[in-house]
Amino acid sequence: MATSSRYAFTWRLPMLIWQAAFFVVPLVFMAAISFWLVKNYRMEPDFILKNWSKMLGRGFFWDAYWITLWRASLAALVISLIAFPASYSLAYKVSESVRRWAVFFLIVPFFTSYLVRAYAWQVILAENGVVNAVLGQVGLGPFTMLNTGFGAMIGYLTLTLPLVIVLQTFSLSGVDRNQIEAAWNLGCSPLRTIVQVIVPSARVGLIIGAVFCFILTFGDFVSPFYLGGSKPPTLSILIIDTTKSGQQWPRAAVVALIMIATLFCTAFAAVSAAYRKRTR
Amino acid sequence: MSHQSAKNVSRRTLLKTAGASGVVLAAPMLNRAWAADPVEINMLAWYGHAEPDIVEEFEAQNNVKFVPKYYAGGDNMLALMAQSPPGTYDIILSDAEFVQQLNAAGYIQELDPADYPFDDFFPEFQKFPGHWIGDQLWSVMVRYGLLGVSFNTDVITHDEAMSYNVFWDSRLTGKVGHFDWHLPNLGQMSLLNGNDNPSPFDIDGAAWEAVQEKTLSLKPQVGGYFDYGGTFSSLKTGEMHAVCGIGDWITGVLQKDGAPVDSVIPEEGGIQWTESYSVGIGTEKGEIAKKFIQYMLSPAGQVRSIQMAAYPGLSPTKSGWAAIQEANPDEAKRSGLIEGAANDPIRLKREGRIHYRDIPRQQSLEDWNDFWSEYKNA
Repeated sequence: MATSSRYAFTWRLPMLIWQAAFFVVPLVFMAAISFWLVKNYRMEPDFILKNWSKMLGRGFFWDAYWITLWRASLAALVISLIAFPASYSLAYKVSESVRRWAVFFLIVPFFTSYLVRAYAWQVILAENGVVNAVLGQVGLGPFTMLNTGFGAMIGYLTLTLPLVIVLQTFSLSGVDRNQIEAAWNLGCSPLRTIVQVIVPSARVGLIIGAVFCFILTFGDFVSPFYLGGSKPPTLSILIIDTTKSGQQWPRAAVVALIMIATLFCTAFAAVSAAYRKRTR
Repeated sequence: MSHQSAKNVSRRTLLKTAGASGVVLAAPMLNRAWAADPVEINMLAWYGHAEPDIVEEFEAQNNVKFVPKYYAGGDNMLALMAQSPPGTYDIILSDAEFVQQLNAAGYIQELDPADYPFDDFFPEFQKFPGHWIGDQLWSVMVRYGLLGVSFNTDVITHDEAMSYNVFWDSRLTGKVGHFDWHLPNLGQMSLLNGNDNPSPFDIDGAAWEAVQEKTLSLKPQVGGYFDYGGTFSSLKTGEMHAVCGIGDWITGVLQKDGAPVDSVIPEEGGIQWTESYSVGIGTEKGEIAKKFIQYMLSPAGQVRSIQMAAYPGLSPTKSGWAAIQEANPDEAKRSGLIEGAANDPIRLKREGRIHYRDIPRQQSLEDWNDFWSEYKNA
């Protein structure tokens, strides 16, 4: 038993070292500097609560917090819904070969810089851009899409949709086909089969996909800044603003810690929901 | 070559040929050994100042190589200085309003005024505020620019742009952009409120309240807050029709690309940004740094500075004006570097319409920055 424990521990060791070196230690350091003082543009170790009271006591922090939370939640919901039909098709309606190629092409966008893709969207969404030019041909528009919440959402889709489709596809592919066939044999309509059989069975993967989407969009800087026009600023933009003026890294650390706490709570709640046993 | 002639190649000829070939082949190595490696000069500056269009001639003439560290904003510059040991940066380009802080922190060394051509400076710039403490010189101005109303000429006329009130025009709803830095934007709002004496940055509590109120009233017009790249693209794509807090340093570059944009100094006045060189404390390359500053103030250096690819600037020297008028008359005309021209910056300065960008004098930078964050969230 002891040998087997040591064996298991040895295999876990790289992950533990990685977590300690790249997550726990930086997190502790960040928590520490949130109490430090900035003097003449230089951080000095201290223990002051002013950074916390200053940030949490300001209306603009909470405005940024709620808009970030709202946008990330909306993105997780909308992108999961948009991804589902594509994932369903890939899982059940195409051959193994097509599915493999489709997954490959879903990964391809990650080969290019997300920032470059966001800049490309500027050209497409601008008032004299591609979309409005096409709509103009049928007498519609021009519509303002860039520097709006819609623009930011397009950026979030660019960032997370391929990932969510891949996660959902793997999850749906793992659903026991016998259950689906049994539902059909018992007279279930296709929609009811999806809602009552497939979605509950693939619940873990679907929730994990949504959680990844939430995490990535909650901390994203590129889309709200370059496609949303910083209007209104999200927490990631607030971090940039805070460090830019006066080099207030301790106050930026406060914002970052609140973001991490929010993501922890969301991830724990989502994972608990994903693995909760079905009651009926 | 015939068999007979090949046989006639003597041993001596062969040795001579081989020796000569050896010398020729080894020449690059010998040259490399004889020539000293270029001296590296560490420069801390805004983007563009150590690019080839500015420094290549000086580098070639003096066998030096600039190693730039680019920053974005005076706070960022001060932080980099604070976090670096003395001697890290040989030469520092800073916005003029931050020179006093560089000096107070002991990051720069005193300069000898006799080394620089102050007689060639326009009188307005000979004793630039903050660069001198009494007769002690700490920094030398090399270029400047003006911030006013920048706009799309297809949407707004020059006459309409002659007041900051144009930002509230109904045609610009959702089309006014902000360069995302509080100092130039709030400085312009302060000017609009009539705070031009002594300075839009030297205002009491009541005036500061009024500036905040005025700025907040602009919010419904605002289409976005942009960094350097975002400001360029939003004006170029026509997404924004007017931008607050910038000037020719952005629209001048876009004009060269044919974009229908321009900048004017409105009746309420404009803000001047100023860039100055200082020599870092602890550097062992003070002499070559001094020589570079002298080069940048020479007519040749000023012509390069005026036409800098990253963002154009104006010349503080009379010989710089003469040089650009000769080297590129169109650019001289475009940027107003012709005495008596409608956009002659010295004339505007003498009319009292130009105010130096500064840090807030009666509030803290934190107060202004906090309000800017509130405004962006409003």
